[in-house]
Amino acid sequence: MKKIEELTYEEAFAELEAVVGTLENEEKTLEESLALFERGQVLSKYCSRLLENAELRVKQLVDGDLDE
Amino acid sequence: MKQASLFASPNWTVTSITSYLRELFESDELLRNVWVKGEISNLSRPRSGHIYFTLKDSGAAMRAVMWRSSVARLNLDLRDGMEIEVHGYISIYDVSGQYQLYADQIRPVGEGALYQEYLRLKALLEAEGLFDPDAKRPIPNLPKKIGIVTSATGAAIRDMLNTLQRRMPLAEVIIAPTMVQGDAAPPKIVAAMENLLRVAPDLDLLLLGRGGGSIEDLWAFNDERVVRAVAAYPVPVISGVGHETDFTLTDFAADLRAATPTAAAEQATPITIAELSGANNHYTEKLREQMSAILDAAFVNLDDFSQRLGYVSPLRQVQRDAQTLDGLNQRLNRGQTHHLGMLREKLFGLGSRLDALNPAKVLARGYAIVTRHSDGKVVSAADDVQPDELIHIRVKDGEIDAKTI
Repeated sequence: MKKIEELTYEEAFAELEAVVGTLENEEKTLEESLALFERGQVLSKYCSRLLENAELRVKQLVDGDLDE
Repeated sequence: MKQASLFASPNWTVTSITSYLRELFESDELLRNVWVKGEISNLSRPRSGHIYFTLKDSGAAMRAVMWRSSVARLNLDLRDGMEIEVHGYISIYDVSGQYQLYADQIRPVGEGALYQEYLRLKALLEAEGLFDPDAKRPIPNLPKKIGIVTSATGAAIRDMLNTLQRRMPLAEVIIAPTMVQGDAAPPKIVAAMENLLRVAPDLDLLLLGRGGGSIEDLWAFNDERVVRAVAAYPVPVISGVGHETDFTLTDFAADLRAATPTAAAEQATPITIAELSGANNHYTEKLREQMSAILDAAFVNLDDFSQRLGYVSPLRQVQRDAQTLDGLNQRLNRGQTHHLGMLREKLFGLGSRLDALNPAKVLARGYAIVTRHSDGKVVSAADDVQPDELIHIRVKDGEIDAKTI
């Protein structure tokens, strides 16, 4: 599993979807289910945080090159 | 030639003859639809919003008027001395008896040629398939990197950035500023598009924007170089050039045509942050529901198992054993009591037998015990004592000292 902070929003959300799907559709041991749930919660919080703090990143080219 | 009779009564009034002439003008096919070229003079813009001017050339002049409703659509800043082409019809203004040009469109001289060029190029590129609807690419739902080619100043870039910030602030925007009007603009627009790809090869989407202006102002977006670059661009392009009514060739070549720069930014973000937030909440809720369902099921299972476990539990065995032990204990206790009783009885029997042997009892029955004084030995035979020997005689209530004779 990738570190949370390295995930893009889409990756995190897709994983959250997958976690919910697995919990819904697959028989898992209680321990596995709990681990999935915890991962899901972390993902959900991470997604919320990304959305809440989202700020459009704007860069501009100067003379054809990125103005870093 | 017929002589006018001085005494005939007039069969026209000024009004009726003017009306007649007006109808004559207005029923003429040619005069109903004219393009007239000339220079503006005596331009007047009263508060009514209508525009009055004289259109003239070296040989003649005519009055012209444009009503407010047509002025509203005018993309041209009229000035005296300006060479223009005016479209409209010619009729008579009854009040002054003057014929005049009622204008509904005005364009700079030469624009007609420009328009012909536009049509020619449009037909050419269309035939090449540059505007093919089947070749349009879908706009990504969640573009991560959005390129914008537009003027660095002006309302267009501001509108687009505001809209993107509001709808999808997760995106990254790279602006390639360029001039967007004038003869030098087309190659600069193309260069900006190329530079954008060079610094951001992972670009998801390109927005081409330019606020409204006269058709001349928008002309760079009809330039063949720009149109071809848009059609060949490796990522989807949304054009937001001009206003609702302006269609440039770039609009046709783009994958999506938006009416304005703001609309282009809206169409660039099919999914908004509000929708993402809703989806996230939905799955978070589902996650919790699912987990509690799993836990509930686990608890039910657990209850079931504890019950079943109860039946086979070693605890029960232990309890059973404990009971057995209790029983044994009881029996043991009972046994012991019995045994003790027997012992006690035996003891009691022994006791009474012993009691019966108690010498005191014998004395009580009148017997006496005689012992020698010298060594305390019991005298049980006559030989045990010598004459004149001191003896003790124990009777039931005391002792008597005596001497044999």
